[in-house]
Amino acid sequence: MEKWPDNKAWFLVLPVVVLVCFSAIIPLMTVVNYSVQDILQPGMGFFVGTEWFERILHDERLHGALQRQVLFSLTVLLIEMPLGIAIALALPTRGWGVSACLVLLALPLLIPWNVVGTIWQIFARGDIGLGGAAVKALGLNYNYTASATDAWITVVIMEVWHWTPLVALLAYAGLRAIPDAFYQAARIDGASAWAVFRYIQLPKMRGVLTIALLLRFMDSFMIYTEPFVLTGGGPGNATTFLSQFLTRLAVGQFDLGPAAAFSIVYFLIILVFSWVFYQALEGMGKGASK
Amino acid sequence: MKVRKRTLALGLYFVFLLLPLYWLVNMSLKPNEEILGELTLLPQNVTFENYVTIFTNADWYTGYLNSITYVSLNTIISLAVALPAAYAFSRYSFVGDKHFFFWLLTNRMAPPAVFLLPFFQLYSTFGLIDTHIAVALAHCLFNVPLAVWILEGFMRGVPREIDETAYIDGYSFPLFFATVFLPLIRAGIGVTAFFCFMFSWVELLLARTLTTVEAKPIAATMTRTVSAAGIDWGLLAAAGVLTIVPGALVIWFVRNYMAKGFALGRV
Repeated sequence: MEKWPDNKAWFLVLPVVVLVCFSAIIPLMTVVNYSVQDILQPGMGFFVGTEWFERILHDERLHGALQRQVLFSLTVLLIEMPLGIAIALALPTRGWGVSACLVLLALPLLIPWNVVGTIWQIFARGDIGLGGAAVKALGLNYNYTASATDAWITVVIMEVWHWTPLVALLAYAGLRAIPDAFYQAARIDGASAWAVFRYIQLPKMRGVLTIALLLRFMDSFMIYTEPFVLTGGGPGNATTFLSQFLTRLAVGQFDLGPAAAFSIVYFLIILVFSWVFYQALEGMGKGASK
Repeated sequence: MKVRKRTLALGLYFVFLLLPLYWLVNMSLKPNEEILGELTLLPQNVTFENYVTIFTNADWYTGYLNSITYVSLNTIISLAVALPAAYAFSRYSFVGDKHFFFWLLTNRMAPPAVFLLPFFQLYSTFGLIDTHIAVALAHCLFNVPLAVWILEGFMRGVPREIDETAYIDGYSFPLFFATVFLPLIRAGIGVTAFFCFMFSWVELLLARTLTTVEAKPIAATMTRTVSAAGIDWGLLAAAGVLTIVPGALVIWFVRNYMAKGFALGRV
């Protein structure tokens, strides 16, 4: 659709600009300000250049947290994307079941994040939780508060439980938007179910799946509340991800300079990753669908 | 046969989805002795005591009221600023529009943990700490970009001829916007409101940092079940169940548009 060229449209955008200044630009500038200064007391700081950046980039604990974060995000993406698509394909397409399934699916998304943590904290406990007790009954020695592996698995399962519905809902919306004529043509050609999926459904879902992948990547990379409630980042540092590390640095130890420097690095990492994902998927689509 | 297998797999997934929730509800109806005693699939001595405590104790129910207050405020603010902006993006091309649009989305990518400290200082300066409006404004960080994106998607679906006809008929812009255009994108507004509600409702990190007593969200109140005597599991579970109820209610209203909203209006 051609748009009317008119610079006066900025007046319509102005309220957003003002609000975003208050809620994003000013805070972000504060962070930048801190990241290059050593603040001894309020109003008394001196310029230290890139010292905090250098210090934070050589911090062993940060490297650990970053590794865990990348591994975690990759793991949940690899589970959630295929699972979400599979669920979307299996969902009913008509009848009363559609509404019921959609409402049930969306339920985990509407639960406050710390309550998600609480639910799993209870559910996975060996003594009072159904899930933990069931695993124990199978003869496995499972305890997420003591074993790093168990804690890790529990956090991944919780994340899958919490966010797979988002991927499923998006994929489902994409599937519903495919006109019936495509399927009829495939039937006439005698296409197999796999061919229908590979050459009709998957390309048509590309747009929504891009959004799903980006949202899931960003949010899993910022995960804080759920593991904080479930494991508190432990045992040891086993489930300490970047946000936890940052919060500990900023609020726990009050290391403003390094925390601010790290904030900027953190933000940039997410931006760069998202940009790369976006470009890769766009490029893929241009190559495949035309 | 193949279809059966598919349904079975879907059924299994829903069991996985619902089991933790079932367990939460189950626990909320038990007295603590039973929770800590034997595992029982159904409460043996059904009690509503945990719920009664929440509804009669002001410490508890004000938490819910606080949450609902700032969530509603946030939804109203987000919609009010996002509607004209989304209209501008969907109808006009202007200097820097694409860059600004993309830059808005980057705000959605900002980890709340990054904004923790600057928000605290900024709102302290304005004396806004521990007010509902502070949390509502802070949540605009991610809700305004989201609202603009979703609304823009819905507005693009409205043919531009409608605008042109209305202007020829002598409608002024505000009159056209309020009486013709807004009713056309009712569904979009509903979905956007739902998403603002949702993301503001589930967020805790910022909400907890910016409040102490007066505007404390329910999710933060829940931490008080931990005391010297251990954790009051039944009460914690009941409070958890009650935080799910508002969400479940609003899902029901937008169930048919939800998926489109998740796709930012771009299906």
